[in-house]
Amino acid sequence: MSDAILSTQALTRLFGGLAAVSGVAIELERGKLHAVLGPNGAGKTTLINLLSGDLAASSGSITYKGEDITRQSADYRSRIGIGRSYQKTNIFPAFTAFENCRLAAQSRAPRALHLFADADAYVPVTAAAGRALDAAGLAGRGDRVASALSHGEQRQLEIAMVLATQPDVLLLDEPLAGMGAEEAALMVELLRKLAPGHAILLVEHDMDAVFAVADVITVMVNGQVLESGPPAQIRASAAVREAYLGTDPVGEAA
Amino acid sequence: MKRKRIALVAALALLALFPLAGAGFYTELVTKVMILAIFALSLDLLVGYTGLVSFGHAAFYGVGAYTLGLMAPKYEAASLWLTLPAAMLAAGMAALAVGVFVVRVKGIYFIMVTLAFAQMFYFVFHDTKFGRGSDGISMNFKPVAAIGGFTPFDLSNTTHVYYFVFVLLVAVFVFLRTVLRSPFGRTLQGIRSNEHRMRSLGFPVYWYKLASFTLAGALAGLAGYLSTLQFGFVNPELLSWHQSGNVLLMLILGGVGSLYGAVVGAFAFVALSEIFQSLTRHWQLLLGGAIILLVIFLPGGLASVAGRFRRTLFGGAHDV
Repeated sequence: MSDAILSTQALTRLFGGLAAVSGVAIELERGKLHAVLGPNGAGKTTLINLLSGDLAASSGSITYKGEDITRQSADYRSRIGIGRSYQKTNIFPAFTAFENCRLAAQSRAPRALHLFADADAYVPVTAAAGRALDAAGLAGRGDRVASALSHGEQRQLEIAMVLATQPDVLLLDEPLAGMGAEEAALMVELLRKLAPGHAILLVEHDMDAVFAVADVITVMVNGQVLESGPPAQIRASAAVREAYLGTDPVGEAA
Repeated sequence: MKRKRIALVAALALLALFPLAGAGFYTELVTKVMILAIFALSLDLLVGYTGLVSFGHAAFYGVGAYTLGLMAPKYEAASLWLTLPAAMLAAGMAALAVGVFVVRVKGIYFIMVTLAFAQMFYFVFHDTKFGRGSDGISMNFKPVAAIGGFTPFDLSNTTHVYYFVFVLLVAVFVFLRTVLRSPFGRTLQGIRSNEHRMRSLGFPVYWYKLASFTLAGALAGLAGYLSTLQFGFVNPELLSWHQSGNVLLMLILGGVGSLYGAVVGAFAFVALSEIFQSLTRHWQLLLGGAIILLVIFLPGGLASVAGRFRRTLFGGAHDV
């Protein structure tokens, strides 16, 4: 097979009688940004939840670096290098932005038995937190309480926290949602920077952004993969155009 | 920060000098309050810092108390250095065994399951030969603190007991403050704030909650031990759900999620109980009313009073 780092085989998730994700096979490779498109209810977020372990698969399997992780917990998957961000901001609102990232970084060096150590004095973790804040464009905002950050900044913090866990795989659920134009441009820039060292799965509604950064695009409809391939192929696909994008030309702006 | 330090030093000095006033009744009363403060501190680790609202914490207080009652020989004194660690160990092990089951569930279910376990403990001591039934156990001799031939303090002397408890209260306070700043303590606070995100960041939340529950149980066991040490007897009421409820009320009075709050709450709870008891036989009505008013008008508890007062006078940001 290919050099996929994370792949799924016939992955399916049922909610009652509804198959939110049905028979999905998808592969993520290091150095490639794989975008998932689809109308609302296509199963994009459910797919991320299955990959991250927030939801259990009904059938099918997930393989990560040769290991079957289908039944593994979310925290285990995070520890072995699968990081995710959330569509709805999911942070520690009462903590500072820095502490949000410091906690995230601490998960890589838990030191749980160092009961008499000051968590703030452990440089490997605090340095990683600082780097993550900088990378996500929040340099200088570390002292702010997270709930006092603007919505766009909270979205950036969401990304910073994933980065602080130093993952190999990034599962990003609509990272640009609710961001202003300037912040969105910065995020696209960040995605470009991250792509070479990571395997990225990006769920995003912003077409311009998707066609600008994606190496591979998968289009989902009703829980199934409609088509998967390089951006040019998706742009040219009649099936995609018909099923999802209407009759407008796709990604012209990109 | 500076004002806080001055207040702390003043409070410590007051407690340290209190027995010199020579009022025996009040020395014993404050000893009792300091024991309850340790109990409240142990619960605050769960409620205020891990987000686990336990309604069965008296079970571990009771296990600690009974450990001394059961270990004390009939015709001689038990050793403090043996029985005290044994009580904390027994309470910690009991909490570990209960925790394995209860930390899996959340919210209202956690409250009810901890209550159910505590009731089971209550009936074990109330209805079996092992616990000697509803009369409990009287301890004929106070434990001795002898190390070899040397006895540094005398636990049948109420002033010595006062200072022994005072030192332990300070030790527990400092211990918890230190632990809460450690990576472990920060993790617990993250779990309280957003357990779901902690899991997705890679923290094995279950084990952290179990460790917190066990540690809180061991510290509650210390408080229970000290109660037996002070009063010389145990009965099943130590484990009753009233006791679990009272310690929760102390936290709410003082301010959940503040170590100062736990200590202030213990003092406030006993002070209010004593004052209302001196006024009327129906004192619990007054106590209930006072608690309702406090919760409505002072949701941060008494520990938030100083901050509110300062902000009203000088302005400035909220403490975070």
